[in-house]
Amino acid sequence: MNPDTFELFRYFIIFIILLFISGVYCVLVSFNLVRALIGVEILIKAVTLLIILAGYICDRVALAQAIVLTLIVIEIVIMVVAGGVVLWAFKYNKTIDPRRLSNLRG
Amino acid sequence: MAIDLILLSALLLSAIWTVMTIRLVHSVVGLALTSAILAAIIYRLDSPLAAVFELSVCSGLISVIFITTVSFTQRISKERFIVRRKERLLRFLYLPFIVIIAGLLLVRYLRIPQFSLPLSAQVTDVRLVLWNMRHLDLLGQAIIIIAGVFGVVVFFKEPNK
Repeated sequence: MNPDTFELFRYFIIFIILLFISGVYCVLVSFNLVRALIGVEILIKAVTLLIILAGYICDRVALAQAIVLTLIVIEIVIMVVAGGVVLWAFKYNKTIDPRRLSNLRG
Repeated sequence: MAIDLILLSALLLSAIWTVMTIRLVHSVVGLALTSAILAAIIYRLDSPLAAVFELSVCSGLISVIFITTVSFTQRISKERFIVRRKERLLRFLYLPFIVIIAGLLLVRYLRIPQFSLPLSAQVTDVRLVLWNMRHLDLLGQAIIIIAGVFGVVVFFKEPNK
């Protein structure tokens, strides 16, 4: 690997870690289920970039793209089902604040 | 390299704005912007198919899902919004500082050891990888999509009275 590519790789890794920190912070601190989902989305974006970067560095771009396509499909399913869960939580509790979801079983 | 750094900075700033902004709709717009910038970065990393998927699906479809979810949930009153804004500001104020400090520490101390790459002939066509090299996980992907469809049907079904 030439030094320029290596330096670029290092900067990408730093930005991916910072993006990951932002997503984790959003999930941990927010008291709104929709915003927590947005935090999960940011985490998935960081992972997507990491996979594409790994494929680019190792010269396996086709494999990385195939994995990212799978990731995007799974991401959509997660978001649709989680959106449904949030709507049901709102329907029965009139809130999407997880601190007030007090009638859950278990 | 300069363009990559500008795009990466824009990606991070957009993600931080998405997390910190008060209104959920602004947050969803910020997420779409983050996806669009990520698509540009992915395109620059020689992955056009993944970039197109990221732009169309993550920036488009997921924003629609989020806006639908937000529009079905209740609006809050102006007084409650002001109270919540102060509370939120206190909780999310630390994020930019954490990101700046973590960024400085990583730039200063993150050292990645040089590594050599394997010299082997790779398949360069994504279609070949997707349809010829992967079998079991494609099946898994189909099952996940069907599970998602059933999930939507179950969640949006009106209960029988």
